[in-house]
Amino acid sequence: MSAALAPGPLARALRAGVVLYVVALVAVPLATLVEVGLADGPAAFFGRIGAPTARAALWLTTWTALLVGALNVVLGTATAWVLVRYRLPGRALLSALVDLPLAIPTLVAGVMLALLYGPTALAGRALSALGVEVVFARPGIVLALLFVTLPFVVRAVEPLLAEIDPAEEEAAIVLGAGPVQTFRTVFLPAILPAALSGGIRSVGRALGEFGSIVVIAGNVPGRTLTAPVFVFGEIESGEPGAAAATSIGLLALALALHAVAWAVERRTGARRAE
Amino acid sequence: MNIRVEHLSKRFGTFEAVRDVTFEVRSGSLVALLGPSGSGKSTILRILAGLDTPDAGAVWLGDEDATRVHARARAIGFVFQHYALFRHLTVEDNVSFGLDVRGVPKPEARRRARELLALVGLGGLERRFPSQLSGGQRQRVALARALAPEPKLLLLDEPFGAVDAKVREELREWLRRLHDEVGVTSIFVTHDQDEAFSVADRVLVIHRGGLEQSGTPAQILDEPATEFVARFVGEVNVLDARVEGATARAGALRAEVPTGGPEGDVHLVVRSYDLKLWRDDAGVATVERVVTLGDRVRVHATVDGAGAIVAQFPRRSSLLRGVEPGARVAVEVTSARAYGSSSSM
Amino acid sequence: MRSDARAPAASSTGARAGRVALVILVLLYLGVVLIGPLGALGGELADVGVGAALGALGREDALAALRMTVVLTAIAVAVNAVVGTAGAIAIVRHRFRGRALLSALADLPLAVSPVVIGLAFLALVGRDGVLAPWLDALGVRVVFAFPGLVVAVLFVTLPYTIREVAYVLEEIGTSEEEAAVTLGASAWQTFWRVTLPNVRVALGYGLLMTMARSLGEFGAVLVLGGSISGQTQTATTFIHDAIEERELAPAYGMAALLAAISVLLLAALEWAKGRRARAAEKEADR
Repeated sequence: MSAALAPGPLARALRAGVVLYVVALVAVPLATLVEVGLADGPAAFFGRIGAPTARAALWLTTWTALLVGALNVVLGTATAWVLVRYRLPGRALLSALVDLPLAIPTLVAGVMLALLYGPTALAGRALSALGVEVVFARPGIVLALLFVTLPFVVRAVEPLLAEIDPAEEEAAIVLGAGPVQTFRTVFLPAILPAALSGGIRSVGRALGEFGSIVVIAGNVPGRTLTAPVFVFGEIESGEPGAAAATSIGLLALALALHAVAWAVERRTGARRAE
Repeated sequence: MNIRVEHLSKRFGTFEAVRDVTFEVRSGSLVALLGPSGSGKSTILRILAGLDTPDAGAVWLGDEDATRVHARARAIGFVFQHYALFRHLTVEDNVSFGLDVRGVPKPEARRRARELLALVGLGGLERRFPSQLSGGQRQRVALARALAPEPKLLLLDEPFGAVDAKVREELREWLRRLHDEVGVTSIFVTHDQDEAFSVADRVLVIHRGGLEQSGTPAQILDEPATEFVARFVGEVNVLDARVEGATARAGALRAEVPTGGPEGDVHLVVRSYDLKLWRDDAGVATVERVVTLGDRVRVHATVDGAGAIVAQFPRRSSLLRGVEPGARVAVEVTSARAYGSSSSM
Repeated sequence: MRSDARAPAASSTGARAGRVALVILVLLYLGVVLIGPLGALGGELADVGVGAALGALGREDALAALRMTVVLTAIAVAVNAVVGTAGAIAIVRHRFRGRALLSALADLPLAVSPVVIGLAFLALVGRDGVLAPWLDALGVRVVFAFPGLVVAVLFVTLPYTIREVAYVLEEIGTSEEEAAVTLGASAWQTFWRVTLPNVRVALGYGLLMTMARSLGEFGAVLVLGGSISGQTQTATTFIHDAIEERELAPAYGMAALLAAISVLLLAALEWAKGRRARAAEKEADR
């Protein structure tokens, strides 16, 4: 840091204002939530978080989030691969569409999914005939989460794929590597950290998702009630204790993931997409 | 403006970037700070500009102690290593920036910018953006920008470091001419000895944050004050030797050294072009390799009892007749300097 | 170099079949998750009739909800323009105690569920919240009132400008700012003439993200605002309530309107991204 750019009194005052703003906006409320959630003692806390409905909601949220993260790593990488390496008609449009979930309200995403997969809609009826229910069922949750997390892995992997020197790939082919071997030796090491980091961020985003799930999955306890929707229900019905306990559970999960993602990014310098 | 730097020191954490450096720069001269990378020369330049503050010591600009004066008030032009042109401004707006922020009326600032751009040979490029210029052109814009507010001192950090070899050659010539024309006291930092010697009036050799030697290019080349300077400038041979009186012996090799230097065990430093060797079956060395480099030839040989040496000759030198791998050769040292072998490197 | 697709030189029948299969898989995936639902909304709108849907938006409560969303978005943009720039400069350029904390806190809203954020503010400033006695004494109502909505939107939009601007500040480095200072510019002049122009694309990008996020925020504004029609209802909570009440025309109309705005924002985002990529390429040429 150069001495000539050292902040003056005005810059320091502005900085103090920003720090105050961020602490008041983020740290104070979350600290209050944790304090209130633990106020009745650990026994009460674990009693609430361990109650069947809360536990089922947390478990449903956790496994759907992890599943979506894993699906993203595979399908997101495949999407990035196709977008970067194949000359598809409409590729530019497709690439722009991938960013759409960043801009579209998640509630609207839920509405869209319900319109396509609802019991009266075309796709919904067809799936129903096959015995697959989407709306107000678990597949709906997974679909909604896939929608809102779609860009994370694609956007993390895309630039790395584009940067790989074609000579490396050609060298592998010249050395007699098959397509699978070439992918494993040339591409995988380059993109895996970014794909994982994108996957972890998908999980984090999925843990907290609310708007789209409310619309498409509803709130059937034990079946489609996710943790955020459960928290909302408890707030509505005047049970702040259970809501706070479950929220702390969600916060803990999110923070752990955040830390993992941060560590992966630091190690690999991968740039995230949002 | 005379510049005086007194006992300047600066550390970054535990790293001593600058150690007790004192020197003076006469008004109107062009001085090079020469040293390997990481030697602290850029830090000295940044302290002069006020971009860094020294932990100890003083910077005098003319009669003013400027040590605590803010960079913006020092009236020093600074040319950054990678130019640091304002990428969102046109060439002309870059050059007039220093005038605009001082409240010089726009037409006046523009006139002056155009004048300077003409001076550096960039007339007609006023409306371009930095990204549309070549490296050499950017360098000239950076210089014009630094000169616009009529600084009393111009500082240049590795001014030719980021352009390719051919452009560098031209820019050196050009900077020298420009300096003679504008006459502003200038200090530039470089790790390239050719650059320092071909452009500067005086050269300050910096090593590990300290000033090793200051002098004219000829003084630095002919009378290196320390072993570091001797080794840093030019291609040299360093041999373990013993000095008695004015004679140094390294194995079978003998050399005259200036009297008054260290005696006993020394490091004998001999430039590759201060060695002569010729075919002589009774000689003291064996040729290992002969390498042709354009108009020069480099001969690698092993001196009995003293180890490997390298000598340089003009391509067509008659001395080279019969000099080939395996041949025995006689060796004559035309000039050498001895440094106490305990002296730190 | 996103624009030039590289197909592998060697090509056997097996490899081609693999490529076709991969393309089909990806198109299927995008179709099921993204494009299909997007089309479904368009189709539904056509069924209901664009006129009817838009007409339904002319209702007093729909207009009030839209107005509220626009006001909240404007506030979020104004506040984050200042906080994002100042915060990013503090994080990247200043050295002070609490810098790492500031950076971590600024990122935190990305990791927290909107509902949890809502609950956290309820715990702080809600009817039984920690600060309730003071707020009551002052006669200020936050929850189920306009301030609650503002707080919710400010929380969820905090990271975007700070992150984008900080990233660019880091990349650009300090030499242009130092150059400005050696040329005699004051700190204020350096900021307006050098720093701000250098980050303006990133700031714009962050503000577009801020707009998208505040237009679409649902969970936190539902919890903190309560979606009181004509008072604290926003565009998203309006859709939610309309669906609950089976008023599908206004729900789809509003959803389509928000989706259309999102597409416009996305186009602007893509444009900003393109500008930044071009700027980076120019830099790389240097």
